Amino acid sequence: MSADDIQLFAVALGETGIMAGISGVLSLVLGLPLGVLLVITNDDGVWRRPILNRLLGTIINAFRSTPFIILLVALIPFTRLIVGTTIGTTAAIVPLAIAATPYYARVAEMSLREVDRGLLEALRALGATRWQIIREALLPEALPGLVSGFTVTLVTLIGASAMAGAVGAGGLGDLAIRYGYERFETNIMVGVIVVLIVIVSGVQIGGDLLARRLNRRL
Amino acid sequence: MSAGEAIVRLESIGRAFGSVVALNDVSLEVQRGEIFGIIGRSGAGKSTLIRTINGLERIDTGRVIVDGSDLSALDEAALNRVRRKIGMVFQHFNLLSMKTVFENVELPLKLAGQPRDARSTAVWQLLDMVGLRDKAGVYPAKLSGGQKQRVGIARALAGKPSLLLSDEATSALDPETTLSILQLLKELKGRLGVTIVLITHEMSVIREICDRVAVLDQGQILEQGTVWEVFGHPRTELTRRLLRGVRPPLPESLVKALHQQPVAGGRCLLRIDGSGAEHYAAALALLAADPGWQTDIVHAEVDRVGGHPVGTVTFSVRYSEDAIRNLLARAERQSIDFEVLGYVCR
Repeated sequence: MSADDIQLFAVALGETGIMAGISGVLSLVLGLPLGVLLVITNDDGVWRRPILNRLLGTIINAFRSTPFIILLVALIPFTRLIVGTTIGTTAAIVPLAIAATPYYARVAEMSLREVDRGLLEALRALGATRWQIIREALLPEALPGLVSGFTVTLVTLIGASAMAGAVGAGGLGDLAIRYGYERFETNIMVGVIVVLIVIVSGVQIGGDLLARRLNRRL
Repeated sequence: MSAGEAIVRLESIGRAFGSVVALNDVSLEVQRGEIFGIIGRSGAGKSTLIRTINGLERIDTGRVIVDGSDLSALDEAALNRVRRKIGMVFQHFNLLSMKTVFENVELPLKLAGQPRDARSTAVWQLLDMVGLRDKAGVYPAKLSGGQKQRVGIARALAGKPSLLLSDEATSALDPETTLSILQLLKELKGRLGVTIVLITHEMSVIREICDRVAVLDQGQILEQGTVWEVFGHPRTELTRRLLRGVRPPLPESLVKALHQQPVAGGRCLLRIDGSGAEHYAAALALLAADPGWQTDIVHAEVDRVGGHPVGTVTFSVRYSEDAIRNLLARAERQSIDFEVLGYVCR
């Protein structure tokens, strides 16, 4: 592999990192509150709001059922509104974050729903407010699951960012398509796959390790 | 019944889940400083009942008055203030698995907004009280059931409650641990003067620590009173059945030898089932009155519950139709309740 190729890889890796990283953080910041809201507004939640719950669920499902490549294009006007451009790495972050947020909301919802109802009742018996129940019981008890769920979201984002090449965002996926596929440079294609495997494995192993370290039930 | 001040007053409360009636016109009073037990089979409505006392469960009808305030008239914030003065321990402990023992006990104080320094002092005191100072930094997963419940009790007492609710606190524990937890509760009641309301399906728990008891079945209170009265004179079949575990029936050898019809030249077995020293004294006096009866004791189980003798004594007397009729007539005049169990040879 030439020095030029290595240069190409470094740039692509950086672009993928930025896209997955920033949209990942955004999906965490936006998705976690949504997940909490889904759980607490549910029929057996601490803040029963059936209409809000159904509305939220429907919106999240709508986003989740739209294929990412279509979302990427459909969101172009919105992306322009937010970041002022519709091409490049920055422009790809908006649809990536918007796709990953409802995904993480559902993943977080699952972890939060696993929290023993007896604990929430104990907190209620202690005179805890709703916010205190969320902060002291719901979130900490679900923490290992929330971390595992975030790992899965990050891995999905690394995969999805390959499609961002369609809006000229670069990244590893784009490198594989343009050099490996369109220019028949098989070594680039293989290189991208190897790098992706390494990154995804690293993220997964790191996430699992953190989740296990955080888990006090073991 | 003591004429103390009621800390909990349930006034004909009712609660239904759809068409299932969980509580039906339940009224009771818990006096300050006593241990009040509610016993019933599973599904009797015990859990629903105890949860109405701290407002975890809403009621459809009636009133719940705790420490002078009517819970149904309170908004969420006021209800939370009342709850902070009511401790609760649970069958499955309900400790936060991601917090240490120390943090679990500290939680109620944190929720109440106490400063960190004051919290720490209080938590160490509580841990000393339940004997778990050395487990402060441990997570609940590493504790035994009995230790978990001790943490649960320490947490429940952190807010210095005047009332402690116990929801089957010992049902998930082995008999030995159960006993130690009950001892702890009794000791804490004496030391802190906290009133305890507990629900259980085990008569032995009631006998061990309760002053008064209510028997709940299908959402209704069948009987209530001091433990020795209810134990001594169970008025319903259910109470008798619940009691069976506490008071073993006749030995099997005796049951096998028992005939339903009188045996010529045999003896008659009479059982007195009751409580109170006077009760036994009167029965003994009566049975000793006529030497011709040749009274003997064949089986007895008398225990002291709440300072009163409670139990059953089975006598045998020489059988003759006249003698038995005469004896039972005299017993009835003195309101001594003999039960004729049957007849044996010899």
